[in-house]
Amino acid sequence: MDLHVIWFVLIVVLFIGFFFLEGFDYGVGGLLPFLSQEDRDRSQILRTITPVWDGNEVWMITAGGALFASFPHVYATMFSTFYLALFLMLLALILRGVAFEFRGRREGRSWRRFWESCIVFGSVVPAILWGVAVTDLLRGLPIDASMVYTGGFFDLLSLYSVLGGLTFLFVFLFHGAAFLTLRLSEPRLVARARKLGRTVGGIAILLFVLCLWLTYVQTDLFTRPLAVIAILGAAVAFVLANLLLARAKDCGSFILSALAIALTTAAFFAGLFPRLMVSSLDPAYSLTITNASSSPYTLSIMTVVACIFVPIVLIYQIWAYHLFRGRITQKDAEDEY
Amino acid sequence: MDALLLSRWQFAITTVYHFLFVPVTLGLSIFVALLETCYVRTKRPAWKAACQKLVKFFGTLFVINFSMGVVTGIVQEFHFGMNWSEYSRFMGDIFGAPLALEALTAFFLESTMLGVWLFGWNRLSEKAHCLAIWLVAFASNLSAFWILVANSFMQHPVGYVLRNGRAEMSDFLALVTNPYVVGEYSHTFFSGMATAGFVVLAVSAWKVLHDAASRAAFRQSLMAGALFMFVGFLGAAGSGHLHTQYLAASNPMKLASMEALWETEDPAPFAIVASIDEQAHKNTSELKVPALFSFMLYNQPSGAVQGINDLQAAQESQYGPGDYRPDVTGLFWSFRFMVGIGGVMILLALAVFLLTWKGDPLRFPLLLRAIPWLLPLVYVVNSCGWYIAEAGRQPWIVVGLQKTADAVSPNLTGADVSLTMIVFTVVYLALAIVALGLAFRYIKHTAIPFEGRA
Repeated sequence: MDLHVIWFVLIVVLFIGFFFLEGFDYGVGGLLPFLSQEDRDRSQILRTITPVWDGNEVWMITAGGALFASFPHVYATMFSTFYLALFLMLLALILRGVAFEFRGRREGRSWRRFWESCIVFGSVVPAILWGVAVTDLLRGLPIDASMVYTGGFFDLLSLYSVLGGLTFLFVFLFHGAAFLTLRLSEPRLVARARKLGRTVGGIAILLFVLCLWLTYVQTDLFTRPLAVIAILGAAVAFVLANLLLARAKDCGSFILSALAIALTTAAFFAGLFPRLMVSSLDPAYSLTITNASSSPYTLSIMTVVACIFVPIVLIYQIWAYHLFRGRITQKDAEDEY
Repeated sequence: MDALLLSRWQFAITTVYHFLFVPVTLGLSIFVALLETCYVRTKRPAWKAACQKLVKFFGTLFVINFSMGVVTGIVQEFHFGMNWSEYSRFMGDIFGAPLALEALTAFFLESTMLGVWLFGWNRLSEKAHCLAIWLVAFASNLSAFWILVANSFMQHPVGYVLRNGRAEMSDFLALVTNPYVVGEYSHTFFSGMATAGFVVLAVSAWKVLHDAASRAAFRQSLMAGALFMFVGFLGAAGSGHLHTQYLAASNPMKLASMEALWETEDPAPFAIVASIDEQAHKNTSELKVPALFSFMLYNQPSGAVQGINDLQAAQESQYGPGDYRPDVTGLFWSFRFMVGIGGVMILLALAVFLLTWKGDPLRFPLLLRAIPWLLPLVYVVNSCGWYIAEAGRQPWIVVGLQKTADAVSPNLTGADVSLTMIVFTVVYLALAIVALGLAFRYIKHTAIPFEGRA
């Protein structure tokens, strides 16, 4: 197979890993204020993700690094295009990252509440921004012949992209709720997560449908059979995930919501292929897997590296999740390390 | 101000801030791993309990520091695309690979194993748990290696060809075995040990002095920290010396600027202090030791060292008209500060180790009291080192291949970058204060009782 295609697929895999794993981290963070007002409950809720959030975030960092190594022009154009959006995202991620570490280090209501609000901000903002980015990329951006973005920050916002942002947020919130039903031990918290999950899931379905309709109107995704199959599969999986959560089939619900996220990501990339960034000025200006890629030499080196290390990473990350299996109890949350 | 200058400032601020935490992560992960190895291996129950508390104590300081390093590390990675898109285009074929390798081989391992280590005390056997922190230490230092492979390419490009209007990788092995990376990596590794050793030393000195109940336990870490720091500073001095010798061949302009040596001389003197006139391209006055600089570089009191003015002329004829001189004054004084303070630190570490080994450190309360106040110096020394490395390659972003001015993202406005720079800086400052406050509080309130000697 062509190296460019292999790397395109690898990028898709990394983004699927990222959205699947950070999806529930963002979801848990965003749901935090609505799950319980009690400090001890919130400690338990956060304890479901504190051992793993950093490892999950590395999927994003790796996706960024892999994009840099394999498609440097995409990395250059994308990151400079989304300059202020990424700045907001970095700010959110900085605050979220330190908040996980700082929150538990002191008692006191205002201290805890402050860092909790940072976790909420740091979860909600990236979730929305990724949705905005994905819809913007599908629709196309004013990129000129030298691969430079010619618009400003507000050109990134449209009805479609804002809807995309909200869809991502609510899908992740649902994903987080489904995750929590599997990880919390106290029945009242599980019930609360399930109830919230049904609410945000309902909103997410509505947003998803609207978003699909605008995708049909504004992009060429529906001209690509593979993308259509994937996105419809995602929609079906997501609706089923909601139905299962309502019937308290939590495990099935979580698996289906993960599947929906994976299929949406796959549909997004299938809708772009072989492009990675679409130019709205002239189709010839679009960045593709050939005109934006690294040299065959670099790609082949990186392919060897990826084939060795991605499986190794998967093995020890799965082992880490296995190590921390079992529902989080009050005692787990109180145990100091 | 324009987007270029602001982007340079923003990157500099983020880098310096990031590297306040990185050396502690590099060194302290090893220190904690060594300490936990002692905990696993010791047969004395009293020491075992105290030792585990010490592991958790320094482990907590490690994670507070680590989280600050992580969040600023992401900013670094994003900045290349956000602010330096033309650099990323021109160099991406080479520069992206080590960054991706860092994430794949090191950062995944580091962050996953840190989670396992922090929350796995009751879920793993003692040995497996100890292995987790060793993996964290290994991965942290491997991560530094990949980053320095990338940085070394900017300082001394190897294994590339110019093709399709950009630099393309032609030899991965040459990139990884760049002789420049040997110097940079060893120097960074030992600086990490030195910095972490000093952190341990400062914390332990304070505890020995102010916390009578924990005195015996922290006396152990005082001694261990001093030894760790001694090895670190000694290694940093040695590797720094060898790297400077190597600069004579690989980057003479940086070398001459560090010494404010304007004219080529044989043998070249070493200026201890100098009054530098960058406009006139000479030193108005200087206090110098004859032939010492040649001796430092070539191990003999002779040998020519190229001066800035000759190098400037040579580069103009090679690359066209322009100013190829870096910030001579800044480099000159950074180098002196780094070497001077570093040298004193070697003696300090040795002294504390010997005094603690030979008897009760409380015999020297003034020394113990002074040590925590000296801690900021090691951070300044680290920043000086990176200032020399990065300011010393200006005006190039990749020496000889691309200038910094040509690397900035063309779509950014000064207003964009002003906004981000100000907000980042304010957030960095606020978080540093909070993290320091938390660390102080934790150090103050954590008691580690221990009876008798280990």
